[in-house]
Amino acid sequence: MPEADCAIRAEGLSRDFGSLRAVDGVSLEVPVGAIFGFLGPNGSGKTTTIRLLLGLLEPSGGTATVLGHDTRTDGAAVRERCGALLEHPGLYERLTARDNLDFYARVWHLPGPERERRVHELLDGLGLWDRREEIVGTWSRGMKQKLAVARTLLHRPSLVFLDEPTAGLDPIAAAALRDDLTGLARREGVTVFLTTHNLAEAEKLCDRVAVIRSGRLVAVGRPDELRTQARRDRMEVTGAGLDDRSVALMTADPSVESASLADGRLTLRIRDGASTAPLVAALVRQGVAIDEVRKGGADLEEAFLALMGADA
Amino acid sequence: MISDALTVARKDLRETLLQSGTLRRSLRGLLFSVVVFGVVLPLQIGPDLVRQPAAILPFAWVPLLLASNMIADGIAGERERHTLETLLASRLSDRSILLGKVVAAVAYGWSFMVVNALVGLLTVNLANPAQAILVYSPQAILILGVFGLLGAGLVACGGSLVALRAPTVRQAAQNMSLALVGVFLVPALAIPALPADLRRQVIDTLLGLDWLTIGVGLAAILVVLDVALFSAAMLRFQRTRLILD
Repeated sequence: MPEADCAIRAEGLSRDFGSLRAVDGVSLEVPVGAIFGFLGPNGSGKTTTIRLLLGLLEPSGGTATVLGHDTRTDGAAVRERCGALLEHPGLYERLTARDNLDFYARVWHLPGPERERRVHELLDGLGLWDRREEIVGTWSRGMKQKLAVARTLLHRPSLVFLDEPTAGLDPIAAAALRDDLTGLARREGVTVFLTTHNLAEAEKLCDRVAVIRSGRLVAVGRPDELRTQARRDRMEVTGAGLDDRSVALMTADPSVESASLADGRLTLRIRDGASTAPLVAALVRQGVAIDEVRKGGADLEEAFLALMGADA
Repeated sequence: MISDALTVARKDLRETLLQSGTLRRSLRGLLFSVVVFGVVLPLQIGPDLVRQPAAILPFAWVPLLLASNMIADGIAGERERHTLETLLASRLSDRSILLGKVVAAVAYGWSFMVVNALVGLLTVNLANPAQAILVYSPQAILILGVFGLLGAGLVACGGSLVALRAPTVRQAAQNMSLALVGVFLVPALAIPALPADLRRQVIDTLLGLDWLTIGVGLAAILVVLDVALFSAAMLRFQRTRLILD
């Protein structure tokens, strides 16, 4: 991808904490203007990656450039042009909503009239203008997250990092925040780097996703590409008579990478290019009364679970 | 950098003044300090408050106490309330964040000392209406102005080092109180413990000096200590380290 079209480029990015390798050789490219989802379970290295990309941590190995700036040598320039909503909303709870935004507007040197206008525009856009003089500490978590999103976009950054923005919110508040986020991101034309372990959220919001597991990238692509990949590799069988013998039978087959049985459902990972029909026939011969055979996952969650299961 | 530091200082002062929920409630809390240092003490000391430069020394406690509390809240509090990482992810430099916090602590402590000193002056005048209007001597104003400022700076810079190592505001405040008590207690215990000859020699040397020399010497020592402690705090206040705390 040409440099000008690339908001983030990481090559072999790694970070060790003592003997623990939190991020392990991550290489990825995020196009300008994309909403990029960074998926992974808790402790997989998502937050550490964001910290590395913001120049808040020095990498143990590899390089990363964000908006053309090397994060190792030019972290200040990266932070100058980025916004970040990290693990916590980072709001000053003794101050009012307006004071919080006013402080960060001053941090980013927004001139007086522009500061007022921008604070009004963002609070109004998120339905918080009427509550601007309230102390933030009294607000619900959903409202605080909204305000934190407004703060993140205050200085019109080219790129925003959102670390689990809907974590801890109830489904209604999360959906509302997602709508606000997409609306604001599209309106403001910013590139979004979003970490989440909520796959439905990633599927709704993201143009591209990367999946990280134990610090390593296991997949990068469009959500539909990941689904297709999982569909090709995975097969589920339900029916009567499935038992450990079925698992042993399938595991012994050279076209099967792995087989597992849970809740009466036999899940198979199949080698590339292998045909599934002989496997079904073998199960029938074993005496299994098959109810349903389903190839691949219907959504990103199943693709994600398949990726998480890989190499386990 | 200066404008960024002032932005941080402005925010920290605002947060401190609103720490009890509202400005009115916070000022009510500070009123206690004004009553003790601005009314009760001046009433006890009487007109000597303005006649004897040493009589104003109790006011020197105000910036030390307030600055130590504020720096604890400003540094350990940011971490405890999970606002530090967002601040570090902004465009502000490490230096401007730390400088802003020190400036806020010094300004807060010093300005309340000035308020107390002015209220004290008013109290003494109201309590002694028969006399001509009493005012502080230039020496007293110099002591309050310069030593109040440098003392608050010392506590703020030293306090930032303590707060950087404390996991909570309470822990930071406790450690700082212990350090402050130590600073005053150690000389008080050490001087009587000196051999009699040496003690006499020290006292004679000090008495042989004029006040100006002592003042300038002390101010110079405080300036050096302020700069040294700020530099040490700067070395510790680095986002790549803070983010891991």
